[in-house]
Amino acid sequence: MSNYFEYVASIMPQLLLGLKVTLQMTVVSLALAVVVGMASCMFSISKVKPLNWISGVYLSIIRGTPLMVQSFFIYFGLTAALDFRISIFKAAVIVLCLNAGAYLSEIFRSGIAAVNKGQMEAARSLGLPYGVAMRKVILPQAIRIVIPSVLNQFIITLKDTSILSAIGCMELMKQSMMIVSRNFRSFETYAVIAVMYYVVVMVLTKIFKIIERRLSN
Amino acid sequence: MIKVKTEQLKKNFGSLEVLKGIDLEVKEGEVVCLIGPSGSGKSTFLRCLNQLEETTAGTVIVDDYDLTDKNCDINKIRENIGMVFQQFNLFPHLNVLENIMLAPVDRKKMTKDEAKKTAEKLLAMVGLAEKAEEYPSNLSGGQQQRVAIARALAMRPDIMLFDEPTSALDPEMVGEVLEVMKRLAADGMTMIVVTHEMGFAREVAHRVIFMDGGYIVEQGTPEEVFGNPQNKRTQDFLNKVL
Repeated sequence: MSNYFEYVASIMPQLLLGLKVTLQMTVVSLALAVVVGMASCMFSISKVKPLNWISGVYLSIIRGTPLMVQSFFIYFGLTAALDFRISIFKAAVIVLCLNAGAYLSEIFRSGIAAVNKGQMEAARSLGLPYGVAMRKVILPQAIRIVIPSVLNQFIITLKDTSILSAIGCMELMKQSMMIVSRNFRSFETYAVIAVMYYVVVMVLTKIFKIIERRLSN
Repeated sequence: MIKVKTEQLKKNFGSLEVLKGIDLEVKEGEVVCLIGPSGSGKSTFLRCLNQLEETTAGTVIVDDYDLTDKNCDINKIRENIGMVFQQFNLFPHLNVLENIMLAPVDRKKMTKDEAKKTAEKLLAMVGLAEKAEEYPSNLSGGQQQRVAIARALAMRPDIMLFDEPTSALDPEMVGEVLEVMKRLAADGMTMIVVTHEMGFAREVAHRVIFMDGGYIVEQGTPEEVFGNPQNKRTQDFLNKVL
């Protein structure tokens, strides 16, 4: 057993390096995904048909294709076809952001739809323009409704970063694979990273519970 | 002076014709009560007056602005038309004071301090001064509706629309809301009220309008409509509700 702890301690520096990349990717891509998701959501509930169409195509492409295919397509396919270079990290963030953005878009839309119709009518009847009514009356209520679903999506995206190991992104999964390819100690190594993912997810869950409690006063 | 005027106002929901040509003029300071069976189009008509429902045909003129004209600034005109809903529709994430102050401050009709003073004055007027910091969920239905009236008045409208303001209330709370409305009427507010409160219509209205099947069937003073209805449908309806 003490042997095992020694082993874990010996690979920990490399794993922490990977964890750092995983967390950076998650944070940056989710921050962008919230913006993309909100924009796509506004497009999808807009009365302007071309905007509905744009978000419809976006959502169906993202939902209709696997994340791994998306990452290969962007990192290898697009760069080859259009002849440009992009860092793996950037490609990973773009893929995760587009992916999570699509699902968040639908989550936001359902949250807005769940706010009573009378709220928008009351706000508009006071003379508030659509955008102000959305920002000050509808969205604050919708956010409370969607928090559990947003947490779910954040957790999914956090874990999906491991898929980006396939394009060579040096995140936690990739680092552990490299360790195993050196020493073949797959059981011990993968057990450690499973625990690391688990701990991060639990921390994220706790943070959301706190936010949820704050918002409901 | 004519405040509200509709000409051949029509509204369809899909293939369903809800309003089939309504002509109405409401003068400044006049209190008009719309009565009629459910499905007669009263609420839809009221909602056309501030364009919460887009009209299918005809014109709606408020303060000389044609609301059916696509170029009119509907937000600006709505500031001048308060509306009170059957379900109150207070904003649950804001407290009473914030509910009342939101629109006046955002539309820059008032500074924050000014809006707060106005809100407090209006709350006192509806008898809820001590509830300023409460959230809507902590208020009774009657209290919520009185806050909703104060919220609408905070924009200093000179027309008020009431869409069955007491229909969702427990019976013992109807009185406190009607009391506030009576005071408004006495102060000279132009009011259009969709209501099932025949007592209120009889006592406060200058004019009672009976609607059925998307038309105005009969109108007149409360004495005329309640005392001596001319149309058979009006008689049938009043026989059932009185």
